[in-house]
Amino acid sequence: MTDTTTEVRMTAGTRVYLYVSLSLVAALVLVPLLTTALGGFKSLGDLRINPFGLPSGWIWSNYTDILFGERYWRQMTNSLFIAVMTVFLTVVVSAMAAFTFAHVKFFGSGQLMNYFLVGLMFPVATAILPLFIRIRDLGLLDSYWGVILPQVAFGLGMSILLFRNYFRNLPDELFQAAFVDGCGYIRFFWYVSLPLSRPIVATVSIVTFVNSWNSYILPLIMLNTETKYPWPLGIMVYRGEFGTEWQLVLAFITLTILPTVIVFFLAQKHIIAGLTAGAVKS
Amino acid sequence: MTDSIAMAVARPVASKVHVRYKSPTARGRLPVLVLFLPPALLLFTLFVILPMGEAAWYSLFRWNGYGPPTEFVGLRNFTVLFNNAAFSQALINNGLIIVVSLLLQIPLAIWLAMMLAHKIAGVVAFRLIFFLPYVLADVAAGLIWRFVYDGDYGLFAAIAGFFGVATPYVLADRDLAIYAVLAVVVWKYFGFHMMLFIAGLQAVDRSVLEAAEIDGATGWQKFRYVTLPLLGSTVRLSVFFAIIGSLQLFDLIMPLTGGGPSNATQTMVTFLYTYGVTRMQVGLGSAVGVVLFVICITLAFGYKRIFMRHD
Repeated sequence: MTDTTTEVRMTAGTRVYLYVSLSLVAALVLVPLLTTALGGFKSLGDLRINPFGLPSGWIWSNYTDILFGERYWRQMTNSLFIAVMTVFLTVVVSAMAAFTFAHVKFFGSGQLMNYFLVGLMFPVATAILPLFIRIRDLGLLDSYWGVILPQVAFGLGMSILLFRNYFRNLPDELFQAAFVDGCGYIRFFWYVSLPLSRPIVATVSIVTFVNSWNSYILPLIMLNTETKYPWPLGIMVYRGEFGTEWQLVLAFITLTILPTVIVFFLAQKHIIAGLTAGAVKS
Repeated sequence: MTDSIAMAVARPVASKVHVRYKSPTARGRLPVLVLFLPPALLLFTLFVILPMGEAAWYSLFRWNGYGPPTEFVGLRNFTVLFNNAAFSQALINNGLIIVVSLLLQIPLAIWLAMMLAHKIAGVVAFRLIFFLPYVLADVAAGLIWRFVYDGDYGLFAAIAGFFGVATPYVLADRDLAIYAVLAVVVWKYFGFHMMLFIAGLQAVDRSVLEAAEIDGATGWQKFRYVTLPLLGSTVRLSVFFAIIGSLQLFDLIMPLTGGGPSNATQTMVTFLYTYGVTRMQVGLGSAVGVVLFVICITLAFGYKRIFMRHD
């Protein structure tokens, strides 16, 4: 927006109104987050009389006990493994399928694409019970794959759509030139389509990663062993165990959302673009 | 934008494959089809389509999930469901979330997006802060707000103490709990909708606004008669996401109330979890799944037909 006219004409009143309103909303967003992080440094008594202010004495052990324990790291590793595998499989499988929809003419291609698009229409919760039974019958219950495979499957509709639209917009001349040079489909996919598709690979990866990192209902239903829990499940167990010792729970929450917050601020441009564009543009 | 909506409602896309070259050059079609399609097809059929079909089948049985389903009960699971007070409450709550989103969240998002369209210092920082809750996991957000609402240690306790009133235990109050949940839903998701509107506003043609200005339109008139109509497709998109989001709301509820107190904050998915999954009533749970599915499909097609004709 190059809106220089209003900028010049903006009165001091407007400016104050803007900053006051924006700061108010920002405070509503930040206060719960900051009090959570600070609460982790307090003693329970301190938290009770003074939930808003700075701790009267900084109790670092709330945090360090968690950081030096194995529980936190195990949950992070579990989440990371599930998310990385989900991203990898989603990208590979959907890029390959999308490539055939974009470049290979075959009977029933349109119908098959619509088949995948059905997956966009309903959330995973809809079929969660039959999914549970299927995973159980496949013997994948309580294993990472019992979470990863359904996550990949439910992400396919959206990812294939994004990839196909991107592949289709690559210049046709590339394809023809490659074919004249004797390049086959598979080599074209590997040496031309994929290297040119970094932006869309990034978008699909970000959306898939964030969804998997934050996902709760699938691991909740598929996993039973606590050592396999990803962090959203682990945090609930932790809260159940420590009940009203809020200072510990708050420290734990802070540490678990810390990676998300750090990565978000480091790569905010890509993440915002990925999450909104992933949902919107295609 | 047109395309984006196509995606949102998953418009069945006819085969418009841009292949102008013919078979003489396009050799080796079979290997690529045999190698590239089956993985996606297999995964998708096995874990998305078949379970959905099975949900429809299982919903006709009374079954605890072990052995084959034998006790055929016809549509009884559905009659049980619709006579169940908790399920009715869940439907009402899902509706309430949609209403709040329409009346509160979307206006709030438009208002913020309009403010952030001004060229003032700090716009990027504000945008970042507003989007932050959306990136956090629902479970974490739910737990944070559980602390905020906590009557003994939380922020609400302190605020009540400051005003010298009795501490409200909002999440334990049957009448208040759902509003407390709704506030968290808005807190968590307004940033996402704001981003949609920021993108929408960037597509609004400046010259139209300038023309209105020259014609003497006030700020409100410019908004009401120029900007808002031009944001139409974004509003519809935003509404669509709000509805879909409401229908699958689960992660946020579990840490806050778990559907309680006495089912006051159930949604369809928490109901499915509480009554279907934890009690292994596969028939009843599948029936909820079928209801959800029917709503989603009707929504996708109906919404496209009614609201998106012009886009």
